[in-house]
Amino acid sequence: MLRATLKSLLARKLRLILSGLAVVLGVMFVAGAFVVTDTLSRSFDSVFASAYSTTDVGVTAKPKVEVDELEGEQVATPLPAAAIDKIKDVPGVRRAAGLVEADGARVIGSDGKVLTSMGPPRLGSSWTGEDELVELREGRGPSAADEIAVNATVAKAAGLKVGDRVGVLTLEPKKEFTLVGVYGYSGERDSLGGVQVVAFTEPVAQKLMLGETGVYSSVQVRAADGVTPEALRDRIATALGPEYVVKTGDQLAEDSAADLQAGLSFFNQILLGFAGVALFVGIFLILNTFSIIVAQRTRELALLRAMGASRRQVIGSVLVEAVAIGLLAAVLGLAAGVGVGAGLAYLFGSLGGGGLDLAPIGVPMPAVISSFVVGILVTVVAAVLPALRASRIAPVAAMQDVATPDRPLTRVSVAGGAVTAAGAAALGVGLFADAGDATLWLILGGVLVSFVGIALLTPMISRPVVSLLGRLFSWSLPGRLGRLNSGRNPRRTAITAAALMVGIALVTGVTVVMDSAKSSLKAEAARVLKAEIMISGDQNGPRPPTYDPAVVREAAKIPGVRAAAALWNDQVIIDGRKEWVDATDDVSQLAQTYGGIVTLPPLRDDQMVVSAPEAAEKGWQVGSRLTVQPSRGEARDYTIVATYPEDALPGSIMLPAAATAGFGLPQPVLGFVRLADGVPVSAVLPQVKALLADSPEVSATDAAAFVNQQAATFDTLITMIQILLALAILIAVLGVVNTLALSVLERTRELGLLRAVGLGRAQTMRMVTVEAVVISVFGALLGVTVGAGMGTAVTRALESDGITELVLPWGRMGTYLVLAALVGVIAAVLPAIRAARLNLLGAIAHD
Amino acid sequence: MTATRDGEPIAAQANEVWKVYGSGEARVVALRGVSAQFGRGQFTAIMGPSGSGKSTLMHCLAGLDTVDRGTVHIGDTELSKLGDKALTRLRRDRIGFIFQQFNLLPTLTAQENIRLPLDIAGRKPDAQWWDVVIDTVGLRDRLTHRPSQLSGGQQQRVACARALVGRPDVVFADEPTGNLDSRSGAEVLSFLRASVREHRQTIIMVTHDPVAASYADRVVFLADGQIVDELADPTAETVLDTMKRLDTHAEPVML
Repeated sequence: MLRATLKSLLARKLRLILSGLAVVLGVMFVAGAFVVTDTLSRSFDSVFASAYSTTDVGVTAKPKVEVDELEGEQVATPLPAAAIDKIKDVPGVRRAAGLVEADGARVIGSDGKVLTSMGPPRLGSSWTGEDELVELREGRGPSAADEIAVNATVAKAAGLKVGDRVGVLTLEPKKEFTLVGVYGYSGERDSLGGVQVVAFTEPVAQKLMLGETGVYSSVQVRAADGVTPEALRDRIATALGPEYVVKTGDQLAEDSAADLQAGLSFFNQILLGFAGVALFVGIFLILNTFSIIVAQRTRELALLRAMGASRRQVIGSVLVEAVAIGLLAAVLGLAAGVGVGAGLAYLFGSLGGGGLDLAPIGVPMPAVISSFVVGILVTVVAAVLPALRASRIAPVAAMQDVATPDRPLTRVSVAGGAVTAAGAAALGVGLFADAGDATLWLILGGVLVSFVGIALLTPMISRPVVSLLGRLFSWSLPGRLGRLNSGRNPRRTAITAAALMVGIALVTGVTVVMDSAKSSLKAEAARVLKAEIMISGDQNGPRPPTYDPAVVREAAKIPGVRAAAALWNDQVIIDGRKEWVDATDDVSQLAQTYGGIVTLPPLRDDQMVVSAPEAAEKGWQVGSRLTVQPSRGEARDYTIVATYPEDALPGSIMLPAAATAGFGLPQPVLGFVRLADGVPVSAVLPQVKALLADSPEVSATDAAAFVNQQAATFDTLITMIQILLALAILIAVLGVVNTLALSVLERTRELGLLRAVGLGRAQTMRMVTVEAVVISVFGALLGVTVGAGMGTAVTRALESDGITELVLPWGRMGTYLVLAALVGVIAAVLPAIRAARLNLLGAIAHD
Repeated sequence: MTATRDGEPIAAQANEVWKVYGSGEARVVALRGVSAQFGRGQFTAIMGPSGSGKSTLMHCLAGLDTVDRGTVHIGDTELSKLGDKALTRLRRDRIGFIFQQFNLLPTLTAQENIRLPLDIAGRKPDAQWWDVVIDTVGLRDRLTHRPSQLSGGQQQRVACARALVGRPDVVFADEPTGNLDSRSGAEVLSFLRASVREHRQTIIMVTHDPVAASYADRVVFLADGQIVDELADPTAETVLDTMKRLDTHAEPVML
């Protein structure tokens, strides 16, 4: 039995390749995700191990506001010099050096633009001299207040050389320094993992990076001979008390790596999610292929049954075929995944100047295991239904010339209707009812089940829709034949189209939600924002761009300006809860440039205002006194002096400018300028721009451009999701190719006849192409419809979260349809050529 | 215009045609210098045992296969000089086919199947001739049926109508009754003979059935890739006798 199965498998190599390819692609994505995250995490491990190689024990002050990787960056709490003296007194300490090192030293390059980073921090540090890690390449370390040294990565990326005057943005606005040295790291490295570093003299670093002199971000301790880092750590921890975090160098390296791992595992999950979609689509493709194989092997299987094979053996023979395909696909997918993972890791490592030294590409165990589990499981699951069908073939079918009758679609349609309803119900509950933790699963499950249900319904839908669609192409005989062919096997057409539907539905759904969000944002901005000019910058890291607040005070003096205000923000702790707060230099000016509907008293340094809904939710009243712990400075008390309607000011908690000294970023991130009535933007904008000459991270734009710029984020998201879902769509296209190739194969005799009675090669190709286009457009049409439905449901569910507008992106939906038609044409190329090249004699010769 | 020996213009002819398949051990010579002429308005049967080359000869004559040596003409057109496009056009406009396996398109109705060659060519059927053909094959009440709703004999009559409706120069029939019971086969053959006698069509039919061959005006016998005999106005008996004689001729070779 097994021998017969494997023989028949080998005889169907083409089908094997095509259906296996879908699994290969899915497995490739899965394995690639594991390989890239594994390689990157090992690379970072070695970076951190290197960075902490000269530290036996590290000491930092406990952060004031704990922030996790996805919320933003942790602001280091300054550590007073007195702590160092305490550490020095601990027995077993050979050396304890205070270190200043914090993210946010942004170098202005020789082109006047701020050096950006695609992820690694831009550190400002104190120069501690050369050691076994740091090696000066040129010049010397900084010794005067206006001198800096930079690592080679900064020097190369910014185009700087020793002797240049260099502007650097820090916690303070732009300051100029003379570059006196360029350094690298042991082993000829330009940086550690792409990190950009600017080294100042210690007092300057303290002032600019930590906000005050005489403090440090951490203390590096070297142990005396014979003292283990662990023992020393425990002694120092005891000496310093609970306000400090004391760790060994190894621990620090591990913790830093673990932080990054969290980010990487998020990345991993996204990749796996898309791999899941791709595999889901792959199931359709394999299901289709196996159904066809079973249909074609009816005679053969019936013969086996007639000769005494049991049903179980028939099922087994189909499943063995599936396992063989799954196994082969898993091996190939794993190999391809290692390649893709290596490519992605290389791409990732070379982002932002190529600073990351990649660890050797490895194949982690989870990649191997998941490849095989996923590959075989997906294939076998897809083959179960065809296998059951195969087992029901009657032995007598071997003796008859079977024209497989079209089974009625009633049962499958009823099942499809029920499954769709169940999926829609789950989706509805997930979206509109409060299901707590189950919400996400309900939504995902609902979408998945709905897809299956709709796929079951497609054979029924396909009849009218395909014949209607086909009429578009019926103006020529080849077109008409193609249309008739595409309607010939509704199940096969339907499954092929359904596979395409999944990817396109997801893309369309996301597009509907994103476009609605974008449009809601614009509408909201148009409704609320009164400022005509905005000061803002593009954020491309965890740290938003900032500017000198003096700019806003100067801007307020420009003739024609009615009001101007700067906006700061920070993550703080109030009543033990983390909150986002804003601060402004002039609350009444801000109100005029923003909501324009209230007059608020100027805030004294210990006063705050909150929005009325926020006050109601938290149980605060005018007169309440709240303790606010900002992320850098000391906690202070503020009294609520007024409440304001929701859209009067940005955010819901507003502090005075005095509070910003303790903020993680003591400089404003946004600026609002409102003009007097009748003053054109063009009269003021150039002057505001001129004021920003020394704040190159931000620019002044008119408000409409600002809103568009914000909304553009959604377009970026759409593009990313389109790219990731392209894999699912690609697999679906393989399905179209597969179906067509099989159709051409099955209809060899017919094609021979058509060619014999005079159908030209070009006409033959056109016939096959029309069939492909009809199937693809049908799938896209389904996808766009289902996607628009799902997107609408999600958008409606998010109404209370501010997505008030519902936008159906007709343009994009139309584009998807046109693309689908194009995809059909491309999918048809090979089968069409095969059909046209058909050996006429072979086709019509009797068997 | 060239003429056959009995003065009719020639519809198709083969001159010194050689056809070899494979090479080395697997080399098979299917045709060894066959020359034959087929007159217009004639019903010719090509007979011979399996492997005699009768199907190959028909395929070469119909432009479905190429010859290795010699020439093939349909009317005055030399086929070996034609490319795929011209051959396709020739088949479409000047040749009709009837196959053993009927070869109808299952998606099309009987009427659509009959019109297929004309539709491919973008031609309209001649209304009068259409009626003649439909009535001769006796399918008027079956025109809107699909092949799956027709019996084997009816399907083959549809195939015959399809071959004739374009008034081709030659109709090639490859074992047209091979898959039919004797009564349906007789119907199809009478219809083919009628289209020759009454409507001056030209038919070249490959068969191994002496009864089928007896409907033809002339029978050409092939063996081992060569024409070995010929019969005019055959009957089933004379055909059978000739075949038997050819078999005994071959026997010494077998010994």
